[in-house]
Order: sequence, then structure tokens, then C-alpha cells
Amino acid sequence: MNNLSGTKKLKALGLGLAAAVTLSVLTLSVLPAAAGPAKLLNVSYDPTRELYEDYNKVFAAFWKSTAGQDVSVSQSHGGSGKQARSVIDGLDADVVTLALAYDIDAIAEKAQLLPQNWQTLFPNNSTPYTSTIVFLVRKGNPKQIKDWDDLVKPGISVITPNPKTSGGARWNYLGAWGYALAHNNNDSAKAHEFVAKLYKNVPVLDAGARGATTTFVQRRIGDVAISWENEALLAVKQLGKDKVEIVVPSLTILAEPPVAVVERVANKHGNGKVAKAYLEHLYSEEGQEVVARNFYRPRSEAVAAKYAGQFPKVKTFTIDDTFGGWKKAQKIHFADGGVYDQIVKAGK
Amino acid sequence: MSEVLTTARPEAKARPAGKKKKHPSVIPGFGLTMGFTVLYLSLVVLIPLSAIFVKASHLTWPELVNILTDKQVLLAFRLSFLTAAAAALVNGVFGLLVAWVLVRYKFPGRGFLDSMVDLPFALPTAVAGIALCAVYAETGWIGAILEPLGIKVAYTSLGVTLALIFIGLPFVVRTVQPVLEDLDKEVEEAATSLGASRLQIFTKLILPAVAPSLFTGVSLAFARALGEYGSVIFISGNLPMKTEIVPLIIVSKLEQYDYAGATAVACIMLVLSFSLLLGINLLQKWAGGASRAR
Repeated sequence: MNNLSGTKKLKALGLGLAAAVTLSVLTLSVLPAAAGPAKLLNVSYDPTRELYEDYNKVFAAFWKSTAGQDVSVSQSHGGSGKQARSVIDGLDADVVTLALAYDIDAIAEKAQLLPQNWQTLFPNNSTPYTSTIVFLVRKGNPKQIKDWDDLVKPGISVITPNPKTSGGARWNYLGAWGYALAHNNNDSAKAHEFVAKLYKNVPVLDAGARGATTTFVQRRIGDVAISWENEALLAVKQLGKDKVEIVVPSLTILAEPPVAVVERVANKHGNGKVAKAYLEHLYSEEGQEVVARNFYRPRSEAVAAKYAGQFPKVKTFTIDDTFGGWKKAQKIHFADGGVYDQIVKAGK
Repeated sequence: MSEVLTTARPEAKARPAGKKKKHPSVIPGFGLTMGFTVLYLSLVVLIPLSAIFVKASHLTWPELVNILTDKQVLLAFRLSFLTAAAAALVNGVFGLLVAWVLVRYKFPGRGFLDSMVDLPFALPTAVAGIALCAVYAETGWIGAILEPLGIKVAYTSLGVTLALIFIGLPFVVRTVQPVLEDLDKEVEEAATSLGASRLQIFTKLILPAVAPSLFTGVSLAFARALGEYGSVIFISGNLPMKTEIVPLIIVSKLEQYDYAGATAVACIMLVLSFSLLLGINLLQKWAGGASRAR
């Protein structure tokens, strides 16, 4: 090998690389300064992909007609906790629409990007739509699964994601817990036992809600999957009724995925007004239509009545009433050493 | 790599007489290149990694010990290291075989096969995980055959190992291949004419020449496997205490905004991996020196 020309080449390469890196860093930092149409970033969780794709078009038309400004909304999706962490670590979200209030609380607490009382700033606890937790079973319901009790029977294989990594999985867990409480005179020892039995029947803990749906539907593993209602409806719509069916339990949890303007970021971008309007419009007749169309339960009674066929009547309890809010539930059940950990460790 | 080459051709090591002592003048610019190297390594590797230690230092010692002696965490460490080692060893054997076939035989489709080796590099690991899971789950093509035999692959440690084998293969093949290419066929022919058996040629000629690069390849595959997340979480099933890998523990701690706890586990992972790699490197140096002395 000719050493001399070799090193020269390497040196040139090194300098070139350094120049390229510097240049790209410079361009990246200069680019977002462009003015004109408003640009929003909506950081959301996994299953809302279809909902916000739909809603963004509706809102763009609405904003053009009322404020005369073009607006383009970018979406970011992923596990709710991961998304919140990205915002805390500096992802420039103008609005967040996450799976649970605890994740937005974390943004308010750890990064102070929005006020602590964010949940009072929009109607209905800042949740413009709700969902519930239901069961997805195979065509014809061969194992005759009707209610939560059937999930703890020996020999039933239950698919639910990992509560440590998935927001949806935490709703599932709390759904089971709340049901057991209601049927055992609020005896939390009994509820503990019930949920422990349920998790004994779980052969796979996927990292996220979509993964769990895939495991159940595509891999055909498990007799029943505990799922967001919107996710279950989407699965039925995409796969057809001849593959899977939805079973609504007698009592389940009202899942309230909240929304908030990340005020510090939105104001910095000069997007304060449009960001607020973006979330407010979700509550409008038009916004609620989009919500219902994408299988989330609307808050508006008129729209709910219109889509009554799609959403079976269901008895629900809320996280605030039964568990004293997300912060408390998180601490008791899902933090390290919490009830879920105890269940997991005892199960071995 | 040049060190590897010299083992194969000992005569290349002989330097012209008289130029043995004074090095620096031969290649100028040591200061500049070294400065660049240090800066580059700091920016890309050292600074991000030191951030981990800074974050972890928020913990007190008892807290740290508490996290690291947790049964769930310990079991995850055991699974991660055992499966990574198993996968690296399997790749050591079969990667060598693949490299051998690619180098020594000419056959139609060789170029195609050769580029296929790199696929695990290019493919997003999540895609690999989903594909493997689809094939090896009870209902998949291969899983359906293995299931009646009582062999479960998906959602067991076997599945984890399989995913790690997949992502580690190119490391072994790509480090061994150039060395095999440089091996002179004439040496083997000479050995044959001197009456060496095939086994002798393999163990006394080929293996010693390839060993250092094989070592490197296997340790690279091992290191890569330790940190792998994307492909594994799909096929492992993530059952606590059974099929949880260390990276999943880190992610689940992050999910609770437990940055300190997550970085504590990451630190230990880092220290263990680094000492293992350092050990492997030293061992390799030592073994290389021994073989050259012969």
C-alpha cells in the first residue's frame, strides 16, 4: 500500500466530512425561520394516525375560511410515553394529543412547557373524545368470552400489551382492576388477585397497542385481545367481520385521551392562536364528526346520537372516580415496585 | 486489518534496515490527524456516553444497588448476555462457512448471495423482528412445523437468539472475507504436496490465519447483539422475568420518566460491554502475538 497518498486521501476525506457536517448543521439551524403559512406540529400517540390525518384537512379548510391563513399540520406518532419524553427533551410540539393525562402532566412538571392546570383549559377535562376498553375475539367467539370474568379462566389466552411500555395497556389493566373492585365491594386485595390471575393468562406482552393487535389478528395468537375500542373497530373495519368480533364487557373504563397546547413552544413559534383554535375546533360539530368517523366516541350528544349504531351502550367508570386520577394510579400500580411489578414477580 | 494481513504473510513485516527507530517523519501530520480523531470520537462517542454517567450520578449508592440487584433486572442481564453470546458463537461458525463459500467457489448467483449478506445491515431491525416473528410464531410457516415437535421459537429465548443471529451475521462474514481472499492458495497446495491432510491444512494453516479476524467479527456481532432492541422486542414476547432483554428494561424505566434508573442500568450495560470487548481485544492481541512468535 502506498502510505503517503493513502493518508493524504484520508485527510482530505476527513476535512470534507468535517465541512459537510458543519454545513448540514448550519442549514438545519437556519431553515425553520421561513414565514408565511402557519405550521403546526401535533405530537400524538399511536392509534390516532388516521384520526388526525382526517382532521388536519378539515381544520386547514376551516382556518383558511375563518382566519384567511394557510395552515399545515405535521403529525408525529408513537408510544404515548415516548412522545411525551421527546417533547420534554425538546421536540418542538405546538400541541400534544396523548393517550393519558399522566404523560401531559409529565411535560408540565418536568419541562414546564405548559401550565400545571392545563387540563382545565379546554372543556371536558381537555378530552374532546373518549374511548373505552373492549375485547376483540375470534369470529363466532369460540371460547364464549362475554365479560372480564372469562379472561381469568384457566386455559384462556389473553393478549394485552406491556403496561410498562404502553399507555393503552395501562388502561386495560385499570379496566380489569376497576371491574374487580366493583364486583368485590371495593376490596383491593380481591382486585389484586383478579388482575394477577389475568396476567397469568398472557403469553405475550407487546411493547405497544398496535403490536398487540397485530399479534392477535395476524399471528392468530390468543383467544381474546384487550384493546382500545377505536383500535378494535379499526381492526374489524380493515379485516372484515369474518375474522374478528368485538365483545363489550358489562363494565369498563372510560378512556380519556387528553389534548393540550404546549404554550411555551407554540408562543415561541407565534402559533399560540392557531394552536388553540386547532384543539377548540375538535369540539365543534365538524370536529366531532371527524372524531366519530374515526371510531372515537364524540362528546357532542348530537353527533353521538348520529353514530349510535357504531358505539354500543356501555357502563363505564372513570380513572378519577375509581383511582383518584392518573398520578395516583401510576404511582400505586405502574411505578417500579408497584402493584404490577408485585404481580409479575409473584407470578414466576 | 493490516495486522491481520501481516499474520497471513509474515515476510511483509520485514522493514528496510536502518529505518527501524525513527517513525514520525515517515507520515507527517500526526498532530492534525490525532487532534481530529480525538475531537471526532469525543463528539460522536464520548460526550453522549458521558451524559449517561452524569444522569446516573443523580442516584445514591443504595438506590443504585437496589436497582441493579432487582431480580427482574438481573434476569434481563442474564438473558441479554447469554443470547448475545450464543448468537455470536453460532455466527462465528456459520459466518466463517458463508465467507469461505463466497471466497473460494465460483458459482452463478454468487454476487447475489454476496450482497444478501449485507441485508441485515440495511433492513430496519423492526422489520426483521416482525418478519422473523411472522415466520416462527405458532401459525407461521416454520413455526407451524416446529410447534408439533415441541419446539417453540417465537416468544422464547430461542427466538431472541435467532433475531440476534440474524443481525450479527454480516459482521462475521465481512471481517473474515478479506482475510480469506488474501490467503495464498499456493501455501495450501504446498502443504498438500508435503503430505498434510485436509484437516491439518484447515487447523494448522487456514484457521490460524483467519482466527484474529474471526475473533473480531464474533466480538463485533456480540457487541451489536447486546444493544439490539428493534428486532428482539417483536419476537421475544417481553414476558417479565422470562424474555425481557436489558434494553427493554431501560425503555420501560424511561416510560415512567425514571431517567436515573434507566441510565443506571445503561451504565452497567456499558461498563460490562466495554470490559468484555476490551478483554476480547487483549486476548486477541495476546493470541496473535503467540501465533506470530511461532
